[in-house]
Amino acid sequence: MKDLRYLEGVATLKLDKDACVGCGMCQTVCPHRIFEVQDKKAVIMDFDACMECGACAQNCPADAISVTPGVGCASYLMAVWFSKLTGKKVESICC
Amino acid sequence: MPRVFSKLSLRDWRETVTIRIGYGRYDYKVVPGLYCVGNPTADSPVIVTANYKLTFDMVRKELDGIDAWLLVADTRGINVWCAAGKMLFSTDEILRSVYTSRLGEIVSHRELILPQLGATGVAAHKVKKGCGFKVVYGPVWATELAEFIKNGNTADEAMRTVTFTLKQRAELIPVELFILGKPLLIIIAAAFLLSGIGPDFFSLNAAWTRGLAAFCATIFGILAGNMLVPLLLPKLPWRYFSPKGALLGIGAGIINIILFASVLGTGESLALLIWTTVVASYLAVNFTGSTPFTSPTGVETEMRRVIPIQGVATLLALIIWIAAPFMS
Repeated sequence: MKDLRYLEGVATLKLDKDACVGCGMCQTVCPHRIFEVQDKKAVIMDFDACMECGACAQNCPADAISVTPGVGCASYLMAVWFSKLTGKKVESICC
Repeated sequence: MPRVFSKLSLRDWRETVTIRIGYGRYDYKVVPGLYCVGNPTADSPVIVTANYKLTFDMVRKELDGIDAWLLVADTRGINVWCAAGKMLFSTDEILRSVYTSRLGEIVSHRELILPQLGATGVAAHKVKKGCGFKVVYGPVWATELAEFIKNGNTADEAMRTVTFTLKQRAELIPVELFILGKPLLIIIAAAFLLSGIGPDFFSLNAAWTRGLAAFCATIFGILAGNMLVPLLLPKLPWRYFSPKGALLGIGAGIINIILFASVLGTGESLALLIWTTVVASYLAVNFTGSTPFTSPTGVETEMRRVIPIQGVATLLALIIWIAAPFMS
């Protein structure tokens, strides 16, 4: 995915180094390979490659990682904005 | 115990094609539960997957020649990654599947192979705590499953990395076009109606000639945004998706107004050029929802900036288009 990159500095990924136990689960599950365990602590090597899937946070046994991606994909976001304008309920249209 | 073939039938392939087009994709499920592939024993590996039939087919096809247990979770017919994002492929669902299938009585080991992309919804340590089974994350793609098992359940970096190849992007095009459906029909109807408005109130002739040009402008925008953007994605400049779409939209729009040069005035040409550009630009942003690398926060950031611009441009195109017949 080195040739496909999206916006920089926006991802909500946070890593609490003090809480990290260095188990390496984040490194295992990240589909963009952004973590590396160095000296028994996880390190974010490529922050801007994060797509906020949340796999790392979900599998961190020490709750050292957080990701809050917000509402989701473009069509869903449009539906939310439209529902605010029209007052209608949001219909789920995503995958 | 139901046994499944590791070879796909002609019917499976035919259905795969129709599902790829988008037809019936919300109701393409298999019954959740435990299946056997080959002749598994108490020591055979347990592979967990979703109950979307397309996913199920991809997994069993890759298990050709392997004796394994296939534990199908109830994800309501949704693929692993999307189901994990919706918490349908979740810790609770894995626990439920393990208990209802009585897996603990069938196999002697305590290990589950889960697809790596399922990790978004599953906490490995909570599964272990809940049922005693250790979660081993397998490769991202089912095509690497046999290799993963052969290597003693270890994945290399390539197996763990999500990709978005030309083939993967091309596979998305039919469904991207299909889901336009109803809004597209409304836009086309509106295009023909608005095109007929003129100094003599409503002209059927204008509705047809100008409407056809507007219709084609829309189609060109869709082809640029929904087909060319996915295909050319790594080659297009800029991080934002909207300018990528706009760039191809301008190109497609110019071709369209050249094709209709004999029936369009300068203002009308400008209006259609703007419209084709906006359509392509909007659909490019929409395509972020189908890629495996755009963060939702990034998408929201982009949309807050560009949707107002796209809205104003649409309005501008509409005003020029409606006003043009009154000017000449």
